[in-house]
Formats: sequence, structure tokens, C-alpha cells
Amino acid sequence: MIGPDDKVSEMSAVPRLMLRGISKVYPSVVANDGIDLRIMPGEIHAVLGENGAGKSTLMKIIYGVTRQTAGEMFWEGKPVQVENPAHARSLGIGMVFQHFSLFETLTVVENVALSLPGKPDLGYLARRIEKVSEKYGLPVDPRRITHALSVGERQRVEIIRCLLQNPNLLIMDEPTSVLTPQAVRRLFDTLRQLSAEGCSIVYISHKLDEIQELCHSATVLRAGKVAGHCIPSQETPKSMARLMIGKDLPVCDHGAPRDSGELRLEVDRLTRRSDDPFGVHLDGISLQVRSGEIVGIAGVSGNGQQELLQALSGEAPLPDRTQVRIGGNDAGSLPPQARRRLGMCFVPEERLGRGAVPRMTLAENALLTAHRRGMVRHGLIRFDAVRRFAEDCIARFNVKCGGPNAPARSLSGGNLQKFIVGREIMQEPKLLVVSQPTWGVDVGAAAFIRQTLIDLRNAGVAILVVSEELDELFEIADRIAVIAGGRISPSKPTRDTNVEEIGMWMSGMWPGAGSKGSGGNGKEVQHVA
Amino acid sequence: MWLKLEARAEASQRMRYLSPLIAVGLTLVGGLFLFAALGKHPLEGFKVFFFNPVHDLYGLSELCLKATPLMLIAIGLAVGFRASVWNIGAEGQYIIGAIFASGVALHYEQSASHWILPGMVIAGAVGGALWAAIPALLRTRFRANEILVTLMLVYVAQFVASWLVHGPWKDPQGFNFPQSKMFADSALLPILLPGTRLNAGFLMALASLAVGYVFLQRSFYGYQMQVAGQAEEAARYAGYSYKRTVWVALLTGGAMSGIAGMSEVAGPIGQLTDSVSSNYGFAAIIVAFVGRLNPIGILLSSLLMALLYLGGEQAQQYLNLPSSISKVFEGMLLFFLLAADLFIGYRVRIVANPPLGKLLWKAH
Repeated sequence: MIGPDDKVSEMSAVPRLMLRGISKVYPSVVANDGIDLRIMPGEIHAVLGENGAGKSTLMKIIYGVTRQTAGEMFWEGKPVQVENPAHARSLGIGMVFQHFSLFETLTVVENVALSLPGKPDLGYLARRIEKVSEKYGLPVDPRRITHALSVGERQRVEIIRCLLQNPNLLIMDEPTSVLTPQAVRRLFDTLRQLSAEGCSIVYISHKLDEIQELCHSATVLRAGKVAGHCIPSQETPKSMARLMIGKDLPVCDHGAPRDSGELRLEVDRLTRRSDDPFGVHLDGISLQVRSGEIVGIAGVSGNGQQELLQALSGEAPLPDRTQVRIGGNDAGSLPPQARRRLGMCFVPEERLGRGAVPRMTLAENALLTAHRRGMVRHGLIRFDAVRRFAEDCIARFNVKCGGPNAPARSLSGGNLQKFIVGREIMQEPKLLVVSQPTWGVDVGAAAFIRQTLIDLRNAGVAILVVSEELDELFEIADRIAVIAGGRISPSKPTRDTNVEEIGMWMSGMWPGAGSKGSGGNGKEVQHVA
Repeated sequence: MWLKLEARAEASQRMRYLSPLIAVGLTLVGGLFLFAALGKHPLEGFKVFFFNPVHDLYGLSELCLKATPLMLIAIGLAVGFRASVWNIGAEGQYIIGAIFASGVALHYEQSASHWILPGMVIAGAVGGALWAAIPALLRTRFRANEILVTLMLVYVAQFVASWLVHGPWKDPQGFNFPQSKMFADSALLPILLPGTRLNAGFLMALASLAVGYVFLQRSFYGYQMQVAGQAEEAARYAGYSYKRTVWVALLTGGAMSGIAGMSEVAGPIGQLTDSVSSNYGFAAIIVAFVGRLNPIGILLSSLLMALLYLGGEQAQQYLNLPSSISKVFEGMLLFFLLAADLFIGYRVRIVANPPLGKLLWKAH
């Protein structure tokens, strides 16, 4: 299925990058299967696909991190085999990874110097960084220490690092997953400017609205193969989603908010210094969640979400027991198991290693938190009950796996997330705390998980969702609050607010910010985009 | 040409249990070559080493006697190893257990009370557990690596035992040998089969395996320890304590090693000497892994290891081979097991050109 763009390229005949029949076979999986791709100079080309569709593998081949099993690659019309990332950079290919590779304790200029060959002069380099950052609207102070930078600023450092090498092709891997809406706008301005100067950009994402706004053309991958090409501006997000998952996207049925029920979770002026030197101190956090509602907490990661969630789950109990109340009981100092007995369940954001033990089977992982549901008698495990629970969970939550004896790490991220969400829900919680419910989960599974949360709310459960995805919160939450710099904004009913307002609040600027809370000394919160 | 280890898509469960058998098979084949290389007739050597020791009832009783401390230590170590707590110092805990038990025996040498033996068991367990409490404390307080601390404490324990039998506990009628007085009958484990040395310690070992089976394979607490050992974050999330896991793992291993030490001084040796251990503490690590940290597996592998000990003695007597032949067999067994285990998870592939990029760049 080669798209109609074969004839477009008559003017600038030579594509910057062309892939022909690229395949990559791993022992257990075919990650790429005969992929063709063509990127013209100055083109912003989207590569979209679900989790596991083969996007990352393809980029690693282009960047020389891994080598294709079959197929050819042409750079500026000439056949080339990229040996390693240094080779890729010397060709003029730069890549900004989804997870940053900066040293926290070094300054910006030192971090950049590390990626350059030889021993560059730091003063001269700092001036070059300033020049590039000015030219492309990427404000960064080269002398600042990296750990003090916001996520958006770190990404700018990564981009500047690539731009210093004057790339002709820039690969961006899910660049907006960590940015506020305002920061996304600025990033897009920078990318458009680069494109106008002739730099080609490969933009990997699963956010369809962004692709529509930014990209000139798109290649859709599904299960390692090219599912089609399209011109995003001529498509709708719905039609692209269909191309991506092969069927229509299920739509969440929210239903009107109901009258608020009884108070299930109450956090009262929670203040705590973080043990982590790079952590965030919680400062006077108060929030309430009632039965039958979903409260969403928005915010850019690293603004206190981890610390708040650990205080809620009991992984880091508090000295003051009254700061967290679950179902009317003082629970601040209780350990996790005692909080579960009060009816709280918790889905953490890391699936492997925290929500599940990687090498253990699904059945054994069911036992991890659901053991109070008749799985243990006289201190001994009842294996039949464990197995039944796991089988139930797999069936009810549509977990694709090899059965209850499959090790957790053999599942895809989305399926393991469904299993963990299912395990927590099947314990019939009164209060469910969920962190990043659909992070890295494919579109179909994400819709399923969101609908499950809404159904649970309709059944009268109190739900707190912490998420970086604003669209998600607007889809499912009844009220939204924002966490920034360890402080929390007042909550607002979702229907009375919009993405722009919440985006503004994510920079720490909500009405009354600075004068509210116990430590309200007007200190300006960082991360202003 | 380049050899490359490549992860298998899925590790075979069947091979996990077959791998110790393959290792045993390869060890036996290796033994044939070893005998041949030493100028002995391979089959003759084989017979002397593996068949002679167990061809009569007395031989079998000796086999069980040798296996007793190995079982006791290995089952205790399995509790810790399953939780990824690596207690390598069972040898030291064994020696301290033997010292504590000897202390009770020597202190009450005039008494004929039935309570002396149970007292010695408890003293041995306490001694071993105390010795293991040092690494547990250092691990949980200061994150000191338990592998190093337990190992180093072995040598300390050996010097303590040596000092006692050269000094305060030396038998006055012992012709200046480094050993304590012989224990009174009331401090010796009763013999099970008349005419042999097999004693009640063997029953203790079997009972420990049964208790260990319930704890490791069935109990919720054993499961929690495995979680804590494999994924500390998951344990904290579920509310299981990692520190408590370290403590239980080390104290259990220490106590069982201490009981093994008691079963030797109150059994075949009958006194404290400065060589109370014949490397049981280290051999038991191999026993635990060859037995796949499973109580039934440990039962079988401890009998195999005991056979290697006895075969070594036979080889000295009848083949004029040095006693270290046993150690060579032990080493071969461990080597082949580790090698066989590697191929459970990986396979070898021959690649034409070494992928230089991979060597220089760690895949993202």
C-alpha cells in the first residue's frame, strides 16, 4: 500500500532519506517487516502507530543503534549502512530521545560538551549555545545545573545539542509527552522554523491532533508493517486512528456528573520535605474525593506527583496521621496493607517492578495485593483461589497473554496495565488511586481502561487520577486540580474549565497561588514555559 | 567469525529442571576423562568413586550421615537465596553454631539430663543466627553487601574456633592436640542404626526439609520474601518489608547452619576441633543451587554431594589419588550447572562480522 506521494517529488528529486524494505527480526518478534519510507528535504514527516507497532525499532535502525536484518537505506540518494550513532551524527542525523540522557549534576554546557568529539572550549561553546537558543526560540541558560531545569528546559538542551551539529534530519521521539500545552506550541514553532530552513524532521507520536497540526505527511505503522500513508491535514483524527488500530476507536461514555456522595479521601494541609535531593517538597496540599466522582490531578511530571502518591499509598507513611483520611479514618501513618483494609486500592505508574514483579507469573502477581480475597488461609497460599482470580481478571479485562502462568514481563505494557488495573478493581475498592492510567498504552486499551474507570465511578467508587495527559483528564474527570512545584490548585469542575486555563495553571499560575498554603511566601514556581 | 549470546524468546521450564541432571551427567563424563588423564582405568576409577561407597548398608548410612549437615545448611540457605539474599558465609555460621553447642556440652559434662541435647540444638541455632545477624544489621543499616560480609566472617569464625581449642577449651589429656574434651554420652546424638554412625541428626534434617517445603512452596510469608528479593519497589508497593526479609533470610540461614554445626560436634566428631567443618558450608551452596532451591531437589543433591565426599575418600584409599579429587568433582559439577543454566536463557549464534557498533553503544 504505497500512498499517492510518489509523484510529488519531481521538483527536488533526491529524497533526504529513503528506506526500502527494511526488516528487523528479533528472536521472538518481527519488529519491522518490509518498511518503505521516504523523507524529502524540509519535510516534517510523522511516523505514527500504537505501542509495539515498530516505530522505535525503525528509528534505532536509522540512528545506527541497531542494524536491520534486511533492506536498504539511502541517504541523499546514496546507499548507506549506518554503523553506529556517531556515524549517524556525522551524516547529519540527530535524535532527541523520549527519555533524556543528561547528567543531573552537570551544567548545561558540560552536558553538551560531553556529546561533542574532542575537548571543546566551554566558554566558546556556551556562546554557541546561546546563539542557537536565541535563533530557534529555545531559551536556556548554559551555566545552569541540569537538575534544576524543568522537563521542558531539559528537552530544549537535548534539541540544542542536536542542532549544534547542523543536522539535516532530526528524529523526535514522542517529544510532547512531558510538556505543557504552551510549551508544545513553542516546540512546534521551533520545528517549523527548522523545516523552513530545509532540515527534515521525523516526528514520532501517537497524538493525532498534534500530527495534524504540525506534519506535512505521515506514515502509519501497524504490527511492524506500513499500514498506509496520508496527508494529515486532509484527515481527521478519527480516520488516522482507524488506520493506526485497524478499526474504529471506541468512544468513552461519560454520563453526567452525579450528586457528590460521601467523603472517601481527604488530604488536609499535607506538607512534607522530600528525602530525595532532587525531589519536590509537598507544600500544604489539600484535596477531597467523594464517592461517585473522578478527580483528576494534572501537572507536568516532577512537580510533586510521586511524593503525593507515595504519601497516599502508604509507601512513605507520614508522621501525622490526620493529614490523610480514608473513609473517615485517620490513615496518614498507616502502612499500605492497612490502607487497603480501609478500602483503598492503588495503581502505580510503573508497571514492571512496582505494580508487578517481572519474573513472577500473573497468578503470583495477583497474590501481590489481592491476597485478602480468600487466597491465604492459616498463612498458607490457596493456589486454586489465586489461579481462579487471575483467570477471572484475564477474562474480564481482556488481557492478551499466555494464561495465568505467563510471566508478567512477557506481556506488552498495555496488557500488563489492564491486568494491574483489573487486579485492583476486582478487590472492590471504595477508593481507587490511579497514576498515569494509560501511559504508553495503545489507543484501544487506553479507551478500555478509561471506560472501566468511568463505570466504576458510576457504581459509586471514589477515584483519584493523576495524569500528565490533559486530554485524558478532560475525557474522564469530573473535577480537575493542578499540581505544580509541590502545591495544588483549587479544583474546578471539568465542564467549567478548558485546556488553556489548566495549561496556564500547570505553570503554577492559578488565582491565589503564592498567597495560599502554609508556606505561601510568594515564591514563584518554576516551569514557566 | 564471532560468537554471540542471544536471549531466547522464552526460557523453557522443562530445561530448568533438566539442567541439574545434564550437569550431573557431564560431571560423570568429565570424571571418566579425569581418571584416564591421571593414568587410572576410567571404569575402574568410576566404580571405586561412585559405586564402592554405597554398595552396602554401612556405606549407605555413611552417605546419609554426610548428607545431614548439607541438607540442614542448604535448606536454610534456600530460604535466603529465594529472596535474593546471598549468604555465602554458612561455613562461619556452622562453626559458631558448633562452638555454642560445644559450650553447652562442656559446661554440663557431668550431667546426664535429657535436656542437654535440646539445649545444644538451641545453642547451635542461636550461635549461627547471631553470626548471621552481623551481616543482617550491616545490610539493613548501612547497605553493606552481605556477600562480602558473610564471606569474611567465615575466617573470623575459624580463628575463634582455633583460639578456643588451642586455649581455654583445650583438652588437658589431649596430648596437646587442638581439640576439646570428648563430649559425655548425654551430649551425643543417639545412633539410629546399631553398628553405624548414623544418628538422630539425619531425622532433624529430614524434618527441616519438610518444614522448608511448606514454608518455601506453600506459605504466604515465603512468597512475600520472594517478592521483596526480586523487586524491592513492588514489595514496598504491596506493603511487604524488605528489611524484615533480609533479617529472616539471614537468621534462618544462620540458625540452620548452626544446627548443622551442632549435629557434627554432637555426632560423628564428638568434640570441638579446629577443623570441625569439611567445607560443608560452601558445598551446601552448590547443593542448594543444584537442587534448584527446592526441598526435594536439595534432598537429592545433598545425597549426590555426600557421594562425592565419600568417593574422594575411596579414591585416596584404593586409587592413590589426592583427597582434592573431591573438590575437582565439586568444581566440575558447579561449572557444568552454571553453564547448563546459561543456555536455559540464552543461545549461541555465530555472526560473520563483529558488530562494532554494538560493542561501543549500549542499546537505548
